[in-house]
Amino acid sequence: MKTQNQKAWFFVLPVLLLVAFNALIPMMTVVNYSVQETFGNNVFFWHGLGWFEDLLNSERFHAALGRQILFTTIILLIEIPLGIIIALSMPRQGFWVPVCLVLMALPMLIPWNVVGAMWNIFALPDIGLLGYLMNTTLGVDYDMTQDPFAAWATIITMDVWHWTSLVVLLSYAGLVSIPDAYYQAAKIDGASSWSVFRYIQLPKMKQVLTIAILLRFMDSFNIYTEVFVMTGGGPGNSTTFLSIDLVKIALGQFDLGPAAAMSLIYFAITLLVSWLFYTLMTKDEGK
Amino acid sequence: MAKITLSDLKHSYYDTPKGPDDYALKEIDLEWSDGGAYALLGPSGCGKSTLLNIISGLLTPSNGKILFDDKDVTHLPPNQRNIAQVFQFPVIYDTMTLFDNLAFPLRNRGVDETTVNTRVMAIAEMLEVTDMMGKKAAGLSPDNKQKISMGRGLVRDDVNVVMFDEPLTVIDPHLKWKLRSKLKELHQKVRATMIYVTHDQTEALTFADQVVVMQEGEVVQIGTPVELFERPAHTFVGHFIGSPGMNVLPCEVRDGGAFFENTLITLEGEIEQGTGTPQIGVRPEFVTLGDHGLPAVVHKVSDVGRHAVVEAKVGHETVKAIIEGEAPLQGAATHLSFDPNKTRLYRDGWIATRASQ
Repeated sequence: MKTQNQKAWFFVLPVLLLVAFNALIPMMTVVNYSVQETFGNNVFFWHGLGWFEDLLNSERFHAALGRQILFTTIILLIEIPLGIIIALSMPRQGFWVPVCLVLMALPMLIPWNVVGAMWNIFALPDIGLLGYLMNTTLGVDYDMTQDPFAAWATIITMDVWHWTSLVVLLSYAGLVSIPDAYYQAAKIDGASSWSVFRYIQLPKMKQVLTIAILLRFMDSFNIYTEVFVMTGGGPGNSTTFLSIDLVKIALGQFDLGPAAAMSLIYFAITLLVSWLFYTLMTKDEGK
Repeated sequence: MAKITLSDLKHSYYDTPKGPDDYALKEIDLEWSDGGAYALLGPSGCGKSTLLNIISGLLTPSNGKILFDDKDVTHLPPNQRNIAQVFQFPVIYDTMTLFDNLAFPLRNRGVDETTVNTRVMAIAEMLEVTDMMGKKAAGLSPDNKQKISMGRGLVRDDVNVVMFDEPLTVIDPHLKWKLRSKLKELHQKVRATMIYVTHDQTEALTFADQVVVMQEGEVVQIGTPVELFERPAHTFVGHFIGSPGMNVLPCEVRDGGAFFENTLITLEGEIEQGTGTPQIGVRPEFVTLGDHGLPAVVHKVSDVGRHAVVEAKVGHETVKAIIEGEAPLQGAATHLSFDPNKTRLYRDGWIATRASQ
């Protein structure tokens, strides 16, 4: 006999409330703003999908989106292979394991605005260690505040420094979970080290790498704090990524409608890409 | 295929072993002939896996030599020894198809595709997995995975020896005997030297022509399953093999005879001179209950189906006997007699009577 017990709903209620207050209600406010126009005094006029049309046709948005995609692509292309290489070369046992792990985790423990400030000072041409050395000792004309290329290079280096560890730690976790027998069998089967990587290590790391790529995609696609502290989006607009542009529109120009429309599109892109990626990567599991 | 000789082999996991206790292997001299089926049997931690890893080249022994035929391979890495090993947990290359899995050891050695094809299909047929060859290996059941790892060991025709390290541990009981007989069949077909490591006496005794029983890093007896059963050279072998194991009873030796609970026990032959704690060993199969002999009281009866195991108390000692037919009641008084041809004296564990023949 099937018994019905509706009491279970009470256990779900707290979570429901929590999600409502920290996600659903703020989100609906944004949706609300995105379809209205205001001239202040809390008076709103219906604007339909006007803001969305404007935004999707705006060159400013295209440029910011382009920069964002380029940035995310570059750091993924650097951080994922680099993270795997570092994880492969880390010791699997002995005294150096905890040392390596702690050293690896350090950059991730530093607050993001501190990371931004650190790298900002580090890169300053006149007083920063890196900036000074580059300009005087190496004779490279390097100034993050003037040269877009230098600004990009610095931000990418900063991100690689800050976040490769995440890929390393996740890959390492995948690697240490491989039983010794696999390596022994591969040795006996006469496998080359490339085959060992290709057929043993990579397949075993697939799941953690999926998570690593997903996290790095979402984080880098939403990057704000470090870039805001380091370059503020400059020089010019050269490092104005989506989130920086969004804040400029929302808080600088106080255009609530366009900013709300942009937030929703931004969110939709992140969600869509993450979902597509995750679905594709996990589709043959369980077969 | 090759003859395998281990001479004066010792191994310690410590850099500077201090005493015999620091050695995982204490001195092994063995010779295994070409094409034989051997088992290494012993409890966990007796050094059998260490010995296996030394033969396969995953470990270099602290002392001694390993010869394949007459070639010294002690310091050769595994891929140059032409050996194959099947591990406790099936090792499968998940992203490859079954065909590619079986072909992997051949392709790594640069064998041409036509030969690869014939070899792989021949092995697949022996393992009865031909219909699955195009499938990805990831979704296989554990027994099929283990079949494929066995196949990877057997697919090369140049292997000196195929080693099995407790390969049936993760297999369901009802599939165990199937794989076991498959393995025996494969051995008859491919005629490679095979070494099978296990702590399960049934597996060892059904697979091997010769069983090497190990305890605490030492070989205690080498023999055919029948020899191990009929005449254990060490009380450990008697106890470890058989269900239940051999009765090992304290005794006194005086006037050239052995006395258990002050009764003279007739042994298989003359007692050899020597020192060490004497014990009498007799298997429960060779103890009979009757009207004369050692007076005893039935303490416990376990009916295991085919026969009953009777535990009888003689003084403070418990003697087990296997009884066919009707078992006596608990608490009944009875008399025990030991088959003299199967009753032996052991000193410090080692056999100390001359064989009856």
